[in-house]
Amino acid sequence: MIVGILIHLLLLLLFAPLLAGIIARTKALFAGRRGQPVLQLYFDLLRLARKGSVISKTTTWVFAAGPVIGLVVPLIAALMLPFGTFKAPLSFDGDLILFVYLFALARFFTAAAALDTGSSFEGMGAAREVTFSCLAEPTIMFALLVLAKLSGGLSLDVLLGDHLSASWRGGSGPALGLILVCLFVVLLVENSRIPFDDPNTHLELTMIHEVMVLDHSGPAFGMILYGAALKLMVLGTLVVNLALPWATPWWALNLLLYLAGLVLLAMLIGIVESVMARLRLVRIPQVLIGTTLISVFALVLVLR
Amino acid sequence: MSRLKPAQILRNGDSVPLAEVTILEMDAFFTAVKQEAAAQGRVIALFASPAGDEFDLFALIAHDWQGTLALLRTRVVDRYPSLTPELPAVHLFEREIAEQYGVVPEGHPWFKPVRFHRSYSAGDAWGRDQQPLIPGDMDYYRVEGSDVHEVAVGPVHAGVIEPGHFRFQCHGEKVLHMEISLGYQHRGLEPLLQGKPGPATMQRLETVAGDSTIAHATAYARICESLSHTAVPPRAEAIRALALELERLANHVGDIGGLATDIGYLPTASYCGRLRGDYLNLTADICGSRFGRTLVRPGGVAYDIDKDRAEKMSKQLALVTRDTKGALALFFDCPSVLARLEGTGQVAMDDAEALGLVGVAGRACGLAVDARLHHPWGAYIRNFDQAVFEETGDVHARAKVRQREIVNSISWVNQALSTLPDSPLIERPGRLAPESLAVTLVEGWRGEVAHVALTDKQGAFSRYKIVDPSFRNWSGLAMALRDEQISDFPLCNKSFNLSYCGFDL
Repeated sequence: MIVGILIHLLLLLLFAPLLAGIIARTKALFAGRRGQPVLQLYFDLLRLARKGSVISKTTTWVFAAGPVIGLVVPLIAALMLPFGTFKAPLSFDGDLILFVYLFALARFFTAAAALDTGSSFEGMGAAREVTFSCLAEPTIMFALLVLAKLSGGLSLDVLLGDHLSASWRGGSGPALGLILVCLFVVLLVENSRIPFDDPNTHLELTMIHEVMVLDHSGPAFGMILYGAALKLMVLGTLVVNLALPWATPWWALNLLLYLAGLVLLAMLIGIVESVMARLRLVRIPQVLIGTTLISVFALVLVLR
Repeated sequence: MSRLKPAQILRNGDSVPLAEVTILEMDAFFTAVKQEAAAQGRVIALFASPAGDEFDLFALIAHDWQGTLALLRTRVVDRYPSLTPELPAVHLFEREIAEQYGVVPEGHPWFKPVRFHRSYSAGDAWGRDQQPLIPGDMDYYRVEGSDVHEVAVGPVHAGVIEPGHFRFQCHGEKVLHMEISLGYQHRGLEPLLQGKPGPATMQRLETVAGDSTIAHATAYARICESLSHTAVPPRAEAIRALALELERLANHVGDIGGLATDIGYLPTASYCGRLRGDYLNLTADICGSRFGRTLVRPGGVAYDIDKDRAEKMSKQLALVTRDTKGALALFFDCPSVLARLEGTGQVAMDDAEALGLVGVAGRACGLAVDARLHHPWGAYIRNFDQAVFEETGDVHARAKVRQREIVNSISWVNQALSTLPDSPLIERPGRLAPESLAVTLVEGWRGEVAHVALTDKQGAFSRYKIVDPSFRNWSGLAMALRDEQISDFPLCNKSFNLSYCGFDL
């Protein structure tokens, strides 16, 4: 089990920052630019780690706790997920609830850290973040319920395990297709990507996630960037496992398949960001309620 | 019989000896201003000029469909009854006069400083003589209540833009009111121009607003030509108009790119960033400066476009045109873009008219304001019939006006390059007429640029008034934000894209 945990963490910590680079390169390709190096986020993390921090006098320990929890939560959550055919090292019945609410915990601390600065911008961002993610939560819950019904288990390892290829081929393909779309939308919302948020904007009044971390600097900001990259990979794993359920007898090939799936997903995110404009902020709840309804419908399909 | 005809009727580019402009009684003046405005008039300038211990108050009201400008004049001491309650369009002009000369408009409903500088004459209308003046230091409108929160943005912004302060009164995400406070870049341009023209005057005028170099330079050059009764050679007029349209193209294309950036729509954003540079380079092909500095000179232009260069520019323009049309089509055909722009930041036509919006912002609300159409000058006379109007007054309408004007300006530049008339380039103006007043309007890319000059006994400027379109349009932005989402502010702001330094002078 220790070996399993180490492999999981190593994969996650080493591979996650690459996805951000792939998204950026895809967008650059669409824009006709060469773009930043694929490894840019690794360089940024190294640079930020060596920097000092400026910390406002009005803040308390909550401000410092935000980035730490934002970094640790995806690490813990990842241990409950299978990475391709690598079994989840930590698995128990009902861990899917813990998985969802671990991210809620991280969000709580990020929002609390934002409020701790007393800035009107950060308060605004925190309000938006919690509003939108509480609307995204039912979607992910219903999607996991669909998987629970199909697999007959209650741990993520089983939910995303061997039953998937049979389920896709059996009569549950449509339901799985629907929740795949829903989970992709949740992935975009949770990782503050276009069309819901714009990670590259400099316009603080339109930001959702970015505005909450404006006051962090140096290593703390590095932790936030790293945490965001890990979160993208963890939630991406959910989508990739669901979309690519095939397994071969060779573990190395399986690993490659899984990583290739993540790379494809990052490219897909880059393409979506390249061809779509952002939604008006008032439209986001409407979209999320829509995905909730779709996932409820998927549940109806498998319960029937 | 001067009482029966209180207003002096001028046309764009006219000058008139000051002695011929009747000094009305104060009551008669204000009645006449209201009458002129009621007769489909549009106040384009209201300004004071020192006359001994007193002040001359001038009002210029445009009657667009007649192509005329009514000039009214009165004399005030230190106060007059404010026109703003009846004519909201003059609210900033009255505050400006109070700040510049300490003349108080009594009963002004929104009496606050404009640019936070010391009075040009003795006495400050707000009693700030002893205090240090800090831009933004004023009483902001406040909404009270436990659910209301205030957001202050600027003067230092996240992007590389000019400084300005915005104060939002919000209820959740909804903006109840936004107040704009500018003046951070006040240079004292108008007093600097007193006693001129001198060798560096053109350089000063070219930098009123750097993105409108040609517009302001042309307006100033025409003031000099009007006061010296110089006829500008037709080739110079054609090159000026060509440069003005290139300026419009560069800025409009840049603005569409800016809108695309703000909504995170990558393809058009990256295209337009490059295309803007291509249009600027076309201007640089003429005079060596991408912004058209040193091109326009009183009496004509300093650079010719010879046959070879015209052909080279035509070829280059054809290439750029193809890409521009592609980038625009991508933008206006994309459903997610349209969904984002339509209905955002609406300004009602009535509000736009009451505030006196001009240029792109005015035309997007359905106001027929285009100096090239109504008050044509130079190459535009009997040659311009392409004015563009939209009706919805939202961000989409402002983008659409730009898109259609881009198409029109491209065909104008193409036409102009192939039909440059033969004539000398410049006719050096002589001395300026003493004790006269001249007024010129130029439709810059952002809107109507108005310059008014008064000369003294020696023919030097005793007062030079500049009205940049931004001065008229900032209040339009404030209206666009009413009951709008605060997250839509950057997009609305970009759709107006107003100048800070053009306002601050």
